[in-house]
Amino acid sequence: MIGTAFLIVIGLAFMFMALARRQAFGVADGNLAQLHSRPGYHGLYAFLIAALAGSATLMVVTIGGNIAINAALMSQIADALPDALRIERQLVLSDAIALAEGRLSSQDDALRQAVAVRFTQLEGMRVWGALGLGLIVASLTGGQALRSVSLGFRARNRSEQILRGILAACAVIAVLTTIGIVLSLIFETLSFFDKIGWRVDKYLFGTRWSPLSGVSAGQMDPDRVGAVPLFAGTFLITIIAMLVAVPIGLFAAIYLSDFASKRVRAIAKPMLEILAGVPTVVYGFFAAITVAPFIRRTGESIGLDVASESALAAGVVMGIMIIPFISSLSDDVINAVPQSLRDGSYGLGATKAETIRQVVLPAALPGIVSAVLLGISRAVGETMIVVMAAGQGANLTLNPLEAVTTVTVQIVMLITGDTEASTAAGPAFTLGFTLFCITLALNIYALRTVRKYREMYD
Amino acid sequence: MTNMRMAEQAARHQDNKIEARDVHVYYGANEAIKGVDVDILDKTVTAFIGPSGCGKSTFLRCLNRMNDTIDGCRITGQILMDGDDIYARSVDPVQLRAKVGMVFQKPNPFPKSIYDNVAYGPRIHGLVSNKADLDEVVEKSLRRAAIWDEAKDRLNEPGTGLSGGQQQRLCIARAIATAPEVLLMDEPCSALDPIATAQIEELIDELRSSFSVVIVTHSMQQAARVSQKTAFFHLGEVMEYDDTPKIFTNPENPKTQDYITGRYG
Repeated sequence: MIGTAFLIVIGLAFMFMALARRQAFGVADGNLAQLHSRPGYHGLYAFLIAALAGSATLMVVTIGGNIAINAALMSQIADALPDALRIERQLVLSDAIALAEGRLSSQDDALRQAVAVRFTQLEGMRVWGALGLGLIVASLTGGQALRSVSLGFRARNRSEQILRGILAACAVIAVLTTIGIVLSLIFETLSFFDKIGWRVDKYLFGTRWSPLSGVSAGQMDPDRVGAVPLFAGTFLITIIAMLVAVPIGLFAAIYLSDFASKRVRAIAKPMLEILAGVPTVVYGFFAAITVAPFIRRTGESIGLDVASESALAAGVVMGIMIIPFISSLSDDVINAVPQSLRDGSYGLGATKAETIRQVVLPAALPGIVSAVLLGISRAVGETMIVVMAAGQGANLTLNPLEAVTTVTVQIVMLITGDTEASTAAGPAFTLGFTLFCITLALNIYALRTVRKYREMYD
Repeated sequence: MTNMRMAEQAARHQDNKIEARDVHVYYGANEAIKGVDVDILDKTVTAFIGPSGCGKSTFLRCLNRMNDTIDGCRITGQILMDGDDIYARSVDPVQLRAKVGMVFQKPNPFPKSIYDNVAYGPRIHGLVSNKADLDEVVEKSLRRAAIWDEAKDRLNEPGTGLSGGQQQRLCIARAIATAPEVLLMDEPCSALDPIATAQIEELIDELRSSFSVVIVTHSMQQAARVSQKTAFFHLGEVMEYDDTPKIFTNPENPKTQDYITGRYG
């Protein structure tokens, strides 16, 4: 209903746009150069102020009406059930709304019926009131815009100002969302630390992770929330992944940019980018079903004891997943190194290898570093592959042939497990916050490195 | 000054450093150079002049096989350096380029320190065995390129931080540090102001004592100032090749006359 009302208001604004544009043509009387602003801007200005004022009114009336209706219905219910608890009254209200909208309710008594009838009346008033007020305000502002159309009216400056405001509002929304997410992470983390009696040291340096087994009376056992095995597992898998991805990705990029013929490049580069488009869940079961058993069999045939879920399998597959990020970004930055530098080096009698190693790679280094750090961020935050292929038990080891678990796996286990959300959320949010801090530090470090080299190389 | 140079040149017996015979260059199906014969004399500055697109840069790049790095470029004919065919199968272009240095139109210092820029060639060719020798080569090259005074206190700063003229002199220092026998310069002053241009021209004159210099230029005055021999290129052919004073005072080909007097090109 509100959506339709909104569309109607926008439609009215479009009408004012057409009117204002026509009026501007009329005022100009054939000589458009007389106008300060082109007729399109007069139209845009009329549209913007009518649409903005109309939809703002619509929104205020809708939200305000909602609050007012709830208050009115709650007081009606309170009159009928003076002894009931607040939560019971709310149940009555939601039942009544369900009845009014033709859905199923838990009970169906006279009070609920009466509230439902009242709700239908008030709701109708709210929607029609909102639409009516919205249209009135839109017409008033649109009419104001129509009246102000004249030769000297600065419609372009005004509409550009309004558009700038809209752009700024979008930027503010993005920033506020980020701040909101970080704040909620921080609050949940603090409440988790409260539950373990502020033994933050136990969380940061403890080696035993089994948070849900020590829950009693809302408190957690600080001895069972040691996150070290998780971060060690994440660290181990990330290192394995980067050991696979950095050399292969970088060498592939060098081959593509400096050695491959145009035809090979035209085929190979899109192929590599397809690798980036494979969903991580596919990599996950590839790791669990194909790679892990292969590693296990190979290990056994040379007499090694390999777990069926191993850090090696997850790390190698994650590395394969990251190859296209590194190769594609590095290829771009290597290509961006000017040909004149290569010519300069060849002109001094340098070979291709010398040129690439001593001139091209140093010049491309900032980009390569940021590609690698982006790859690390991906590896640290990657979930699906490790959930399927790395294991769930918090096992503190640096042996890549054993099963390890990572921060992301534990978050998945906590949130999807059957423990009550409020209990499981604490450790999950804390792990998330820690992960966030790590990737943030990594990104800041990456930016600084890049800036440092950029000063040197530009 | 030109008269003096002429006399000096006539008095000295000079060998041909490079002999080009019937050189054709094709980019795909397009013939950029159509049968060029030019002799580059040792310890002489040779200027290539001519309108844009006439093939002078392309021909210059044939002399150190820089065209090899371009896809679809084909060269026929013969180019001899000290009597040996530089396009012979046994010749490694990498070794050739160590003997035939090149300075480009736009200064292109490497993203390294000034010191490392100059030390680049000596290092990759193993011309020096220890740090002290390398220091000496770097200082000598920078001095010869007339940039030592400006650069000596900032050898460890990036070469890209220098001004345009300084960068170009750094690139010349880099090229002469490899101790080439021929130095090719492709419009080395086109990106520079008159002061930097004058410094580089002075430098070219000085370099003539050690190697032969081939310079491509759009500036007739520059060709007249720095060169002893001049070749006029037009549409992929050499119209006229002679002593510089003769080209600029009494050209035989009417097209040369038109070009140097600015009526054409």
